[in-house]
Amino acid sequence: MHPAYSVIFLTTATGAGYGLLALLGLLRALDRLPHDPAFGLLALGLSLALITAGLLISTAHLGRPERSWRAFGQWRSSWLSREGVLAVATYIPALLFALGWLVLQRHDGAWVQVGWLAAVMALATVYATAMIYRSLAAIPRWHHPLVAPGYLILALATGAVWLNAVLTPFTDSHELVKAICFAALAGGWLVKISYWRAIDNAQGESSAASAIGLGEVPGFDQVRPLDPPHVQDNYLLKEMGYTVARKHADKLRRLTHLLAFLAPLVLIIIQTASSGIVGLAAAALAAVCVSFGVIIERWLFFAEAQHKVMLYYGADRV
Amino acid sequence: MTSLPKVPTPKRLGLVIDLDTCVGCHACAVSCKEWNTAGYHAPLPDTDPYGKDVDGVWLNRVHGFETGLDSKTGGDGEKAGRTVYFPRSCLHCEDAPCVTVCPTGASYKRTEDGIVLVDEDICIGCKLCSWACPYGAREFDTDGGVMKKCTLCIDRIYNDNLEPEDRQPACVNACPARARHFGDFNDPESAVSKLTVERGGVELMPELGLKPTNRYLPPRQPAATGAVGRLDDAPTSGGFLDWIDRVLSR
Repeated sequence: MHPAYSVIFLTTATGAGYGLLALLGLLRALDRLPHDPAFGLLALGLSLALITAGLLISTAHLGRPERSWRAFGQWRSSWLSREGVLAVATYIPALLFALGWLVLQRHDGAWVQVGWLAAVMALATVYATAMIYRSLAAIPRWHHPLVAPGYLILALATGAVWLNAVLTPFTDSHELVKAICFAALAGGWLVKISYWRAIDNAQGESSAASAIGLGEVPGFDQVRPLDPPHVQDNYLLKEMGYTVARKHADKLRRLTHLLAFLAPLVLIIIQTASSGIVGLAAAALAAVCVSFGVIIERWLFFAEAQHKVMLYYGADRV
Repeated sequence: MTSLPKVPTPKRLGLVIDLDTCVGCHACAVSCKEWNTAGYHAPLPDTDPYGKDVDGVWLNRVHGFETGLDSKTGGDGEKAGRTVYFPRSCLHCEDAPCVTVCPTGASYKRTEDGIVLVDEDICIGCKLCSWACPYGAREFDTDGGVMKKCTLCIDRIYNDNLEPEDRQPACVNACPARARHFGDFNDPESAVSKLTVERGGVELMPELGLKPTNRYLPPRQPAATGAVGRLDDAPTSGGFLDWIDRVLSR
């Protein structure tokens, strides 16, 4: 599948933003975060900026962005519509949460407990984003049980590493956030390794013969393409025909291992062992690393996905 | 609504395409383009049509395949290879994934006859329907920013201004090999239903369970070699042929 930058940016930026929002809501409701409004402004501001930028940029992917309001209509059947509805609805608890923390400076009661709601809706939005891809049977590498867990845990991991970076100037001891970073990064790493192993070993369910209906017809169940319908790329080949060479994919996977998982884990360990400016630099660098790592991971998620329509254009099995 | 019709549609309109007789002339594709660029989905734009990067929206594409490669029916250990031309267009599936993924309701399946359509006036051009379709039936119009697809020539089949014999899809009318047939699959007496039964009509990618309406008729099995009389075995029955045989055999 063609890796469109708007969609890559949408899923990674909103993922980090919603992951951060979920952790802020959760940890503040449990009274495990500093009450300092400066920290609140920085952390919540970053979260809402990432979410809003991601959502706005995603409309660049649309052919008719001025009609995007119509996408809220079909939440009964469409995961894309559900994502839109949940994304907008999440602003309500998120803004109430921000109001209580930053403006009214209330650190107890309903103003804090609304964090639970913000956390649940933030994660539900990430889940809806993942399900847009997970629900497409035409693209087997997306129609996979590890896709939704991967989106959720990588959202939490990027959110946690950013929370760790933003929290560092405000408090010396936040072992719980570091523990969440370790758990989410390790979990995300495990999910991605399992996912890549699974898609590499998967035998495509459909063949070129089944694509033209001859899969079960004796004597004709072996087919190979002869005359293409057109000699230059059409929409289908441009959108679904994107392929990435195996050697490049391997290199990018190694870069994902390094940037998204290994480097943030090591940098947070360095941060724990040091203090002052070194600690802050390590925490900030970890956040930058995990962000670039997840962007590369998401690029691969698109570029490595094969669409069944390619069976009509020379693919053997998908 | 992008939910699929709750009850089975009273009619199931669709096509039967005969892979045995299709000669791959592309008349169906050209005729489709010609009608639809002025019809329901007007226009079907082309970008850079006379330049280096020709592209454009077509709702019907004809692929050529080689098949019969490992056939055991060829006799004498030979393979009965043959060319199969395969016209590809929307199959108007009963469980159409392109309909349920649509966030706006622009992509819908008609409750009366099962035709899957796009309402261009509310399509936001998110392209998700084209991702959801395993058959590549939908093509994006980069000029209009909306998705285009086969309408089963809805503006022909119900068009009272046309002669009754012309009230069928443009691709069916254009086919010189009579390889394309249009009708109601819910009517067991329709030509499409009968052809499907007689010739063992097949679904595309049945493993996905999308219940496509259109059916394809597989190529007929080749006749066994040796069934045709051979010239060197003329009977010695006397008469003219026998005389020729004797003269030529000298």
